[in-house]
Amino acid sequence: MNSLFTRGPSLRFRLVLALACSFSLMFIDHRLQALQGARLFLNSLVAPVQYLAILPEQLLDQLSETMQTREQLQRENEILNRQLLDLQSRLQRFHFLQNENARLRALLGSDARQENRRMAAEVIAVASEPFSHQLVINKGTLNGVYEGQPVLDSKGIIGQVLNVGSTTARVLLISDQSHSIPLRAERNDIRVLAQGTGDLQRLELMFIPHSTELREGDLLMSSGLGGVFPEGYPVAVIKTINRDESLPFAQVFAQPVSALDRVRNVLLLWPPSADEQPLYPEQERAGGDSND
Amino acid sequence: MIKQGLIPLLLIFLVALVLMVIPMPVVFDMLRPDWVTLVLLYWVLALPHRVNIGTAFVLGVMCDVLLGSVMGVHAIGLSVVTYFAARHFQRIRNFSIPQQAIIVGVLVLVKRAVIFEVNVVLHAADFTWAYFWPVLTSMIFWLWLFPLLRKLRRQLAIS
Repeated sequence: MNSLFTRGPSLRFRLVLALACSFSLMFIDHRLQALQGARLFLNSLVAPVQYLAILPEQLLDQLSETMQTREQLQRENEILNRQLLDLQSRLQRFHFLQNENARLRALLGSDARQENRRMAAEVIAVASEPFSHQLVINKGTLNGVYEGQPVLDSKGIIGQVLNVGSTTARVLLISDQSHSIPLRAERNDIRVLAQGTGDLQRLELMFIPHSTELREGDLLMSSGLGGVFPEGYPVAVIKTINRDESLPFAQVFAQPVSALDRVRNVLLLWPPSADEQPLYPEQERAGGDSND
Repeated sequence: MIKQGLIPLLLIFLVALVLMVIPMPVVFDMLRPDWVTLVLLYWVLALPHRVNIGTAFVLGVMCDVLLGSVMGVHAIGLSVVTYFAARHFQRIRNFSIPQQAIIVGVLVLVKRAVIFEVNVVLHAADFTWAYFWPVLTSMIFWLWLFPLLRKLRRQLAIS
């Protein structure tokens, strides 16, 4: 009856060994934060798995694209054209304001604001655990992505880059339990700190006094304090304020402006102060990747 | 002898890892069966001399990298579960498939509970029921996965 494990160490010994290895890995990774190099390598190693995982979705997308009728495309084109017109007219205004702002800032003797550099990326995987809200995107160190880089979508800030591989990067969402982001109310400039709750629809504002002037419906913008996120991007809207005097602070919950469970395309930002440069593929490909 | 069927075996594990990270709508995402644990448990029961705690550890580290959790968290969960399965593989093998499904459900529950507890220690994670829904779907999928993998094992002569 002892023919099975005679060749190797006993089962219990293997378990103890595996547990010891796991605990030391956890200690090195979590306490000492010393595995970033290994993570880069391992992330690159498992990148094929992630690219395999989105293959069915991409095929379906292509299929539905080819199945679209002429009418649908025309309608979509019309809507997009209208949107473009609208945005362009707003852009003219924006350029005017930007110039004016630069001139006024020069008058005041303060530094002119520099533009952020951007790059679009696609979401290729979502970590499916409630206590870690993460996305994987299809850009990595080969594109100049760096740790701690701010990530946006079309509505506002969604998170920051947690670690990078050569062709993929992992984004920690603002709703993750271990993430918090410094914000400022748009209406009255009150500074707040929004912590993720593990619920995609909810951020908690920390240390808000009962007498706060914040109101439900206030838009919260990134404040630029802390140096990770650039200033002035929308992040969340205040949903509920509970001024229960028996608690040390008011309980304030906010909802992220972007639908974090539906993010597909994201924008990576390189603030002017960043050391890294975005490295674009051969040439800037405008629009989608449909090259037919 | 050791090499026989190594490539199909690795491919099956690869498919399980892909299924773990494949994007799905939120409703299904909550119910996604624990593919990696299911496939690992099947092979531990079928070939305990080959697929063992070592395999579980390596697979766990790969899960950690793929899911972006702290290194070693999934490795602990999978190693513990594999230990129980490998210790009692003869008994579990003799059960009918529905009975096995119950045991597999318990093992998936143990794995998830271990991982949840580790997360509580690491960064004070909050309890959510959503994390334990996959236990049920894993049990249901075992009824279908077990015959499928058995067929694969016999046809590809993995031993």
